[in-house]
Amino acid sequence: MDAHVNSPAIVAPKVSVRDLNFYYGSFHALKHINLDIPEKKVTAFIGPSGCGKSTLLRCFNRMYALYPEQRAEGQIMLDGENILQSKLDVSLIRAKVGMVFQKPTPFPMSIYDNIAFGVKLFETLPRVEMDERVEWALKKAALWTEVKDKLNQSGASLSGGQQQRLCIARGIAIKPEVLLLDEPCSALDPISTGKIEEPIHELKSDYTVLIVTHNMQQAARCSDFTAYMYLGDLIEFGPTSDLFMKPKKKDTEDYITGRFG
Amino acid sequence: MSINSLDAKRMSMHMRRKRVNAIALTLSLGAMAFGLFWLIWILFETFRLGLGGLSLALFTEMTPPPMAETGGLANAIFGSLTMVALATFLGTPIGIMAGVYLAEYGQRTWLGSATRFINDILLSAPSIVIGLFIYALVVARFKAFSGYAGVLALALIVIPVVIRTTETMLSLIPNAMREAAYALGTPKWKVISNITLKSARAGVVTGILLALARIAGETAPLLFTALSNQFWSMDLSRPMASLPVTIFKFAMSPYENWQQLAWAGVFLITMGVLALNIAARVMFRNKH
Repeated sequence: MDAHVNSPAIVAPKVSVRDLNFYYGSFHALKHINLDIPEKKVTAFIGPSGCGKSTLLRCFNRMYALYPEQRAEGQIMLDGENILQSKLDVSLIRAKVGMVFQKPTPFPMSIYDNIAFGVKLFETLPRVEMDERVEWALKKAALWTEVKDKLNQSGASLSGGQQQRLCIARGIAIKPEVLLLDEPCSALDPISTGKIEEPIHELKSDYTVLIVTHNMQQAARCSDFTAYMYLGDLIEFGPTSDLFMKPKKKDTEDYITGRFG
Repeated sequence: MSINSLDAKRMSMHMRRKRVNAIALTLSLGAMAFGLFWLIWILFETFRLGLGGLSLALFTEMTPPPMAETGGLANAIFGSLTMVALATFLGTPIGIMAGVYLAEYGQRTWLGSATRFINDILLSAPSIVIGLFIYALVVARFKAFSGYAGVLALALIVIPVVIRTTETMLSLIPNAMREAAYALGTPKWKVISNITLKSARAGVVTGILLALARIAGETAPLLFTALSNQFWSMDLSRPMASLPVTIFKFAMSPYENWQQLAWAGVFLITMGVLALNIAARVMFRNKH
């Protein structure tokens, strides 16, 4: 593949992906991905199941490194450092790049401790400041008013949608710079989905947000930029309005108009 | 095919299913009743014969000589409690750590598979074999039966049970939970101690209680290790009395007062094990 880079020229990239290849054992799951992800914007990844969008997302915090048979080649530059090669401890990358998963995963502890757990890994805060941080994170995730009177209750006692917002709050409490959302609404009903999308809009003022979604309306509603992937290739990447209104590639058009996928 | 013949076919299939269901249900109810019958009989006999021997002296007086007027099981109760508690304290941390290794570190390594295989063998090893093993290893070498040897034999029974339940309970924790913890930059030891082990704690505790219940009634591993002791002894380096061995000895005897004490001992063990099992179940139910 040539050195063509999918880069909207107008913004500074926070993360640059260069010639990224990803393998599950011998299966070639991502093929020569080149991509510049703009800072403090929401970038959505769409495409049919198995196209590699979640795989790509899991490269940004080296989540794949948990599994020995998975490996990535190429570069992912975050603030000038290649996080794939870096001797930097993977914990420090993950402190900078937070992630929220498909299914809500409250930890087996109180709502308060769910948030404080991650913060304590990297900071030693006096009680008052920790209280403030927990409140701040829960407010950012639009959950504070619902839980402020029951912070000592178990995180598992919340509804699915609330649990997912708790996970978002937990992710942003450690103040990452990039936030990865891997189909955060796929297990939720439309109302809970709306409550997740709301904070996403707010979050982009402070964070670079990457969201994988099966829901094209969600991509259209939430994101500034959209990437369309198919079978491990990045087919098209650009401002969301352009990609949805006047896609450059026939494949993209077929997918977003529902003729395929 | 006409509608009517299709209806008739559906009906005959439906009736057949109902008949098969009725037969299967009867058989399984019968099997349950058979098992329950013996269980209830055992419990009933334990109550009938054990309750009579229940008195304060049981807990305060030593095992008596044959045909004595008084006597209790104080030394045996103390010996059992001490050895069971020590064996649990010794076996539980080893079992939990090995279980953590199998579930979180050695899942796909040859060392993990080998450990799992050997543990399965140990799990099903007859307890008398474990007793003989400790006899050869400890008792024969130091030329003395001792409470410590009893503790070691019981601990060897606790370990495989705790390993198995810990591993099973940890592998039930969804990987999404681990990934979520790693995604915050949590180091592995902290993911295990604060997240996965904590999520699995009800199951792990259940495993410990079941192991405890199992060793509380074990006779064979104590026969050649702790032996028994007629007198009050808190010295673990000497032979030590225990409830199962005392029951074994007293129940086989021709003396009526010994037989009565044996039944009282059976009652104590049964109630203790029953209470532990119920506690384990209640704990598990609360979690799920």
